[in-house]
Formats: sequence, structure tokens, C-alpha cells
Amino acid sequence: MGMIELSKVTKRFGYVEVVPPLDLTIEDGEFCVFVGPSGCGKSTLLRLIAGLEDVSGGRIVIDGADATAAPPAKRRLAMVFQSYALYPHMTVRKNIAFPLRMAGMPPEEQARRVDAAAKVLNLTPYLDRRPGQLSGGQRQRVAIGRAIVREPEAFLFDEPLSNLDAALRVGMRLEISELHERLRTTMVYVTHDQVEAMTMADKIVVLNAGRIEQVGSPLDLYKAPKNVFVAGFIGSPKMNLVSGEGARRFGAETIGIRPEHVRVSTTEGTWTGTVGVAEHLGSDTFLHVHGTGLAETVTVRVGGEIDLRHGSRVHLTPDPDKIHRFDANGLRLP
Amino acid sequence: MSTQASRAAARLMLSPAVILLLMWMIVPLAMTLWFSTLRYRLLQPGAHPFVGLRNYVFFVTDPAFSTAIVNTLILVGGVLVITVVLGILLALLLDQPMWGQGVVRLLVIAPFFVMPTVSALVWKNMFMSPTSGLFAELSKAVGLVPFDFFGQAPLASVIAIVAWQWLPFATLILLTALQSLDREQLEAAEMDGAPPLKRFWFIILPHLARGVTVVILIQTIFLLSVFAEIRVTTNGGPGVASTNLPFLVYARSLLQFDVGAGAAGGVVAIILANIVAIFLMRAVGKNLDA
Ligand SMILES: Nc1ncnc2c1ncn2[C@@H]1O[C@H](COP(=O)(O)OP(=O)(O)O)[C@@H](O)[C@H]1O
Ligand SMILES: [Mg+2]
Repeated sequence: MGMIELSKVTKRFGYVEVVPPLDLTIEDGEFCVFVGPSGCGKSTLLRLIAGLEDVSGGRIVIDGADATAAPPAKRRLAMVFQSYALYPHMTVRKNIAFPLRMAGMPPEEQARRVDAAAKVLNLTPYLDRRPGQLSGGQRQRVAIGRAIVREPEAFLFDEPLSNLDAALRVGMRLEISELHERLRTTMVYVTHDQVEAMTMADKIVVLNAGRIEQVGSPLDLYKAPKNVFVAGFIGSPKMNLVSGEGARRFGAETIGIRPEHVRVSTTEGTWTGTVGVAEHLGSDTFLHVHGTGLAETVTVRVGGEIDLRHGSRVHLTPDPDKIHRFDANGLRLP
Repeated sequence: MSTQASRAAARLMLSPAVILLLMWMIVPLAMTLWFSTLRYRLLQPGAHPFVGLRNYVFFVTDPAFSTAIVNTLILVGGVLVITVVLGILLALLLDQPMWGQGVVRLLVIAPFFVMPTVSALVWKNMFMSPTSGLFAELSKAVGLVPFDFFGQAPLASVIAIVAWQWLPFATLILLTALQSLDREQLEAAEMDGAPPLKRFWFIILPHLARGVTVVILIQTIFLLSVFAEIRVTTNGGPGVASTNLPFLVYARSLLQFDVGAGAAGGVVAIILANIVAIFLMRAVGKNLDA
């Protein structure tokens, strides 16, 4: 149930190859997140899986059956769009029931399923409203409701939270994760936000210009990024990437050290610099240190109650076990 | 933002334009109302005595009157049905990505730029004429007797000509409405298992409701007063078979030189137009609310 396998899947728009040949297996019941910068082909890949775009080459196997040429309706997948794509002239009830109605399900069964979904998603009071009379978060829930009533093999989400404000986004993130815990259905989730990827995923697929840079669990990617791109993309604030002389001392072309793996001292350290901006979050403080002799500004995380401010002299020491080393091609050195 | 003073100033500044527009409308209307109560025949010189509502009685009891009302409604209804249905189909067709889209769209709009008299003449002489028209030649080519369009089906022929003229307008409005439909809605419906016909019925058609309403309201205004096409082709005949209300007014006032009866007919036409307008706004006006 719900296993999706892509082999040598390729997509070209005209002469532009947006997705070069790509292999990927998404296991049954997995929460798989595609993450990458804007325009890297995440949506295209998701739409290829959905069947909304035809592949230019390769095979898509869903649930053991070749679905490469199957129309979207036959793939038993449900999609939640970034714009929600609700039907504006239908009530919430009709929106959620639409896939059931199209499947020719008897009205009582439709009503039962819609009521059940509405209860799960806290939509019961709004069933007779139209999408235009709902808030962003409620619309999002209707879109999810329309997806879950069909009991699909897998859910596809295309940046579902990017139209919500920050507070709502965190709430919906939890709700979608809880939904996955309860349903245990395969979910493929596209986002450009690495925080969403890290917090929600069982498996993260990092994409860059249509290519897969690395596949792995959130902690795999955090602990052992395969290359400089993944190193810089995963983690917040970004990993410090140092190249040139500072890196060669460690026997690498580029080294990376996460802000939380740099020790700060006022007396001694490997690098000495001046605090530029200090961002106090309460629990943590992020210092942006420059003038260390390295080309790049170094970001470090210190405890929340430290009293260092703009202009303070600090000494930085990277934790030698936590340094990531990369060669001239940007690939990880052992 | 507006204060009492600024609102007063705005009214003052607007008043010349408003007064001009009001006079533009009121003066002819008042004169029509006035003439409709006079015995005013161009062939009978002398005084124009006041006759009360006698012109109205004369106009309304004329057997041609009820025919003209029915013809007017059939003409408006027929053209609306044809242009809306074909307009939706054409809009769907033109919305498909295809080679030479720009040129094809221009060609579709072209009939709208042809003057009604000219297009009616072209249809009459080059297409529908039973002796030399294209349709007659085609019938003869396959061994059929040419059909006398204006003799056998005068009103239907006029409807066809007027529909041909208005089809571009309907197509254009409906095409823009179609292009404003969010593609993701169609994709969502596709994933929800709706085949093309159901996508059309449940997603596209409801989305087009507003465009169809605009087409109906605007076209009705113009279709109630179709005149040139009838004048050029059938001249209202045979008999009164293709006479609509505007043509009847014309026939009374300028063929029978009865200004009073013509004016009364004009007033009746205004009343009819308002009845239709109220009816339409009730029926489809709610589609215009956001
Ligand atoms: N229908 C299309 N025709 C041509 N190019 C497209 C089309 N859809 C997407 N692209 C291109 O493919 C690339 C990837 O797009 P997309 O998958 O939407 O990126 P993402 O979702 O990661 O931001 C972009 O460069 C975009 O311009
Ligand atoms: Mg996208």
C-alpha cells in the first residue's frame, strides 16, 4: 500500500530539462519531504507523481503497479494545492464530498464520511459556508478534508502552509504531523522551508536544480551532509562554511561548522573577532562575528543570558569533532 | 475623508454634467410622451388635437402588436441562447493552446466590426438568396431545391444573422471569464476523479455564470432594439412575420406617417424593455454580486 517508486524519471519543458533522470523510493506510510530552493523542480516532481504532468522518460510505480501512463484519477492519490484550489461556488460540505460524489458513492455514506472528516478537522460549524467566508487556516483544513475522505494511497502536499501566517503555520504543521501519526498513510510533502522539513519528515529529499543532493532522515542530513549544498541548506541558522586558508588548515577545501558547535570565550580561542549583530531570542543568542581573518562572517550560538553585545571582542573555538570537511568539488571528506 | 463642504462642492461641480445628461434623456422622453397623446398625422396638416390615450389603444389593439411583442421576445431569446451556447463552446476551443492562436482570435472577433446593415446585406445577397446565394448553390450541387430563407423562415433567418453578429462579443466575454479560472481548481477536480464533462459541469460552468450574466444583460439591451437587420432583409415581412416592436414603431410613424401612434409605440417599447430588465435582474442579477 502506498509505496511510490520513481526510476529514471525525467521531465523536460521544451528543451529545458527541469528534472534530470532521477531515482527515488518512497516507502509505504512514510512522511517524505521534498525540500530545496524555489524553482528547483519540487512542484514539478510532485505533479509528475500526481499525473498532472506527463514524464518525458522513466517509470513511476505506485503500489507495485506501473502508473507512468495512468491518469491522475486512477492513481488513488490525493493532492493539497498551495492555493488550496477549493471550489468557490460550493459549500464546505460539497467541497469535501466532491471526490466521493465523483466516485458515485451513496449519499448516506458521503454524509457519514464528510461528518467524520469535519469532526477530525474541527470544521463542523463551517460545513454550510463557502470557501470565501473562511479564514486561511480553515480553507487549508477544508483542502485537507477533501483529500482525506477519499482514503487515498498517499497524500501529496505542495507547500500547503506557505500562504499562512507564522503562528498558524506552526499550528498546522503539528496538525498535519498528527494526522500522519493517526492515518499512517504515505505523505509526500513539498516545501522550501527547511524547518518544516526537519520537524515533519521521516525522510528528507534535498533537491537542487532537479537533482537529488541527498536523501536521509533529518538527523542524517544534520549530522552528515553529503556536500556543501546540503550543509548550507539544512539547519537554522545556517552552518558556517569557511573556504580558503582557514579551511586548508584542516586539510579541506571547505569546512563547515554549525553555530551551536563553536565555543565562545572572552579570553582565548582559534579565531578572534568582533561581535557585529547579536540576536537575542531569550533561550538562545546568535552572535554574528566578523574580523576573524576568515572571509566569511561567523555565526555562533550562545546561551540566552550571555552579556555580549555589538563591538565586544570574542574568541571562537570550533569543536574539532563537529567540523565537516569538503573537497574541491564540494563533496564530504571522510 | 469627505467633509460636508467638500461633498457640497462635489455636487456643485458635477451638476452641469448631470443636468446636461438629464436633459439629454428627459427632453426626448417628454416629447415622446407628449406626441403620444396627440393626433399627429403627417399627411393631415393643421392642428394636432389632444386625444388622450387613443393612440395607445390604437397601437395595442392592432393585431400586428401582439405578433411584434412575441417576435421581439423570440428574437431576443433565440439570439441569447445561440450566442451563449456557441460562445461557451468557442471560448473553450479558443482557450486551448494551439498554433496561430492570435490570428484565430482576431478572426473570431471580426464579425463584431462589420456594420449591421452591411452584414445583413451580405447574408441576404451572398448567402441566403434563393437564386444566387451560396446556400442555394450548395443545395443545387447536392440536388436539393434551394431554400427560400426569408420567405419560409424570416424570423429564424434574422435571428441567425443577428446571432452571427453578437457571437464574437459573447465569445470574447466568456473567453476572458474562462481565462480567469484558477487552473489548480481544474487539476484538483481531475485528481478528485471528475472526467472532462463533469469538470465542465461542476467547475467551469459555475465559474462562467457571471460572464454569462454580463452577456445576457448587455445583449438584451441591444437585441430589444434590433432594426437594421430586419429593415435590410425582410422589411418586417412576409406580412408581419418578422416585425419586432422597433420595426412596428418605424412602420407606424414613417411608413404610415402617424407620429402619434409611433410615439405611443415607443413608450410601449420603453415599458417592455423595463419589464424585461426587471425580470432579468431578478433571474440572473444575483450572479453579479461578488
Ligand atoms: N509548465 C511549465 N513550462 C515551462 N517551464 C516550467 C513549467 N512548470 C515549471 N517550469 C520550470 O521548471 C522549474 C521548476 O519549477 P517548479 O517545479 O515549480 O519549482 P519549485 O516548485 O521547486 O519552486 C522552474 O524553472 C520553472 O520555470
Ligand atoms: Mg512550487
